[in-house]
Amino acid sequence: MGFYLAQLLTGLANASSLFLIASGLSIIFGVTRIVNFAHGSFYMLGAYLAYTLVTTLQGGIPGYWFSVLAAAVLVGGIGLVVELTILRRIYRAPELFQLVATFGVVLIVQDATLAIWGAEDLLGPRAPGLDRAVRLMGEPIPEYDLALIAIGPAVLAAIWLVFHRTRWGVLVRAATQDREMVGALGVNQAWLFSAAFVLGSALAGLGGALQIPREAVSLQMDLSIIGEAFVVVVIGGMGSVTGAFVAAVLISVLNAFAILIFPQVSIVLPFVVMAAVLIVRPYGLFGRPGSEHGGAEEPEQPLRLLDQRSTMVLLALVAMLAFSPAVVSDFTTILLVDVMVATLFAVSLHFMMGIGGMVSFGHAAYFGVGAYAAAMAVKMLGWGMLPAMALGPVAAALAALFFGWFCVRLSGVYLAMLTMAAAQILWGVTFQWQEVTGGDDGILGVWPAEWASSDRVYFYLALVLCLGGIWLLRRVAHSPFGYTLRGVRDSRIRAEAIGIDTRFHQWMGFTLAGTLAGLAGAVFVFSKGSVFPDALSIGHSIDGLIMVLLGGIHALAGPVYGAMAMVLIEDWVSRLDYWRFIFGGIILTVVLLAPDGIAGGVRRLIQLVRRDAA
Amino acid sequence: MTPVLEVRGLSKAFGGVQAVDDVSFELRQSEFLALIGPNGAGKTTCFNMLNGYLPPSAGSVKLNGRELIGTPPRRIWRLGVGRTFQITATFLSMTVRENVQMALISHHRRVYDLFSRATRMYLDEAMALLDLVSMREQADRPCSELAYGDLKRLELAIALAHEPALLLMDEPTAGMAPSERVALMALTADIVARGHVSVVFTEHDMDVVFAHAHRILVLNRGRLIAEGTGAEIRANPLVQEVYLGGGRLFEKERGNA
Repeated sequence: MGFYLAQLLTGLANASSLFLIASGLSIIFGVTRIVNFAHGSFYMLGAYLAYTLVTTLQGGIPGYWFSVLAAAVLVGGIGLVVELTILRRIYRAPELFQLVATFGVVLIVQDATLAIWGAEDLLGPRAPGLDRAVRLMGEPIPEYDLALIAIGPAVLAAIWLVFHRTRWGVLVRAATQDREMVGALGVNQAWLFSAAFVLGSALAGLGGALQIPREAVSLQMDLSIIGEAFVVVVIGGMGSVTGAFVAAVLISVLNAFAILIFPQVSIVLPFVVMAAVLIVRPYGLFGRPGSEHGGAEEPEQPLRLLDQRSTMVLLALVAMLAFSPAVVSDFTTILLVDVMVATLFAVSLHFMMGIGGMVSFGHAAYFGVGAYAAAMAVKMLGWGMLPAMALGPVAAALAALFFGWFCVRLSGVYLAMLTMAAAQILWGVTFQWQEVTGGDDGILGVWPAEWASSDRVYFYLALVLCLGGIWLLRRVAHSPFGYTLRGVRDSRIRAEAIGIDTRFHQWMGFTLAGTLAGLAGAVFVFSKGSVFPDALSIGHSIDGLIMVLLGGIHALAGPVYGAMAMVLIEDWVSRLDYWRFIFGGIILTVVLLAPDGIAGGVRRLIQLVRRDAA
Repeated sequence: MTPVLEVRGLSKAFGGVQAVDDVSFELRQSEFLALIGPNGAGKTTCFNMLNGYLPPSAGSVKLNGRELIGTPPRRIWRLGVGRTFQITATFLSMTVRENVQMALISHHRRVYDLFSRATRMYLDEAMALLDLVSMREQADRPCSELAYGDLKRLELAIALAHEPALLLMDEPTAGMAPSERVALMALTADIVARGHVSVVFTEHDMDVVFAHAHRILVLNRGRLIAEGTGAEIRANPLVQEVYLGGGRLFEKERGNA
């Protein structure tokens, strides 16, 4: 009995810190509709600041608690700066822009933290006065855990009081329900948003600061917590603080017991619970419909078929690419394969998001499944290269069929979150299932067949497959299937009213996008000779989003530009120290200054040239 | 002759509120039928049950003898029911012509075609439909640039693409200028007169209703309280009572005439 009590209390203590960060995330989302990826960074900053304050002040019990609160306040201040300089300019942008912008903040904060505090993990002191364990039913329970268990509900009660007893809190709740209406009633939205953002980041900072006696302060804290925090917010219902609390307790307690039965489950469990909850309650436990979308987008311009001159230019470019191995070095040839793989991946993601209107935060899952399927076919089944390559997209299609069935039942941010959950589940399985997937060590030695083993031959193979895939998706975009997919995106009710099975159509669109991502994965694995769980990670999914955004989401050519730019920039900056800082800066520049991406820039340039010529 | 549409005992309760209560009516071939009533009378609820968006609590709706209750909206469309929306719903990222082509593509069951060029399919049919609503000149404009009245006409073209036996129009002239209203309904009346389509529409503008409807149903608090031609409805004391201030509305109409 005592043992189970101890597990329960550990679960509840974990729930408190998870609740603190998730409640902040939920408040920010509720009021501003921003999916704040940088929330994990605020949590990490809270921990680092608290560490510095506690160790320099050395002030016993009052010193410790002062440091924790001061860290939270400082993080709130950092949140204010981020809000004023970056987010305030993109509230009207679609959710994808905000997500990518906040990911730029993540990168910058990572390198800033590295520069200030160094790469080594920092072990915080124990909390003075709470550094022992008490025995409950014979089991030792850390006093600090008991304090945390009390702090969670106390913060929940405080937030409840603020939201129900102050004018500001009422406005926050009103904005969560209908922010246009609140704006129409003459409330200064800008400051309401800033204040909500400050409160949310301070809560994340508090969550991080309270963690220092429990775990080492490290540079991995930000991304390790953010996935779980998202899950908690989605399960609870976006914008609901009570929901965040219930979901945090649910996840943490379930986790505390599940690891007793099946130790590996902890990575995937939150995501499985989230998927289950979203299928039964599409808006989370305490969420309401109508709270899922970011700002309205400008209507897209109709698609145009290529005119003759553009076709000629395009063919010339493809021919140049095809002849390039004769001219350029082997190193460049390999880089060009990377570019082509990334382009196919980005085009398939664009097909799903731009054409299908289904924003995916987990598209790398299908890329990874394609890569792993091909690798495992070679290593475990002894298949040749070509059949293994064919298996890649087939396996990805099956995975996309399975997860897509659930995903197309939702829309907006909830759909995006479910795609992320699907990707995390697959990533967790790959990471944990050592015997089959090699776990963290990945699968090595997946080389092309003899005849294709030279860099040049493999280049042509990749050229045919990747350009073929890109051509296919472009062709489909102009086909009735693609038009219908855009129609469903534009107006589901109209599509239904002209006899279209909208959900089934989206499901097929999702599957097609996943299949081509799988093809990219299969080409990728033979060019690298190996595959690691990274291929399915959130980071790789976000790479895809950045490529689409960098190139411009409103143009079919966008992902092509974006992928080229991304691979080249990465190749250049990743050799530098603090490359994340530079990369984050580039992302923010694009989001803030060129929201229509490179494709928009190119279009404006062409218009300018034509006007001069005329 | 069997009626095109046969509605029997249609009812819908929301909690304790009887939004539509035992409504029965028939629609004959090539008839132009108006459904009117004060705000909250149950017109839209009635409509949403006819087109499959709302399951009724009781009753039956038969299209050419075939039961529609329990059929999803997209199947109802396939059975030959076109509709326009109170607030227009079109594909804003496409051109005017492509919007009509989409309806044709779906009608010809080509939505899963992966290789044809959608924008070149059923061109002549699409242009003929746009001619019908006098939108030929605007065929290549992006739909997002259209004026509201033109969007309404486009919706009519889309709704006619699969040669429906029945057209359901929910407040077709809402939000339009008075001259546009008359033009749109004259156009619709013209289409009814020449073809095989029958129309049910809801409407607030009594000028429009009395000018064009062959027959009028009056709904109040979910119940059908009167049925008849324009003259009969105008003379009906029950209807005048329901519309209270409505007497003035009828006077005005008479003044115009």
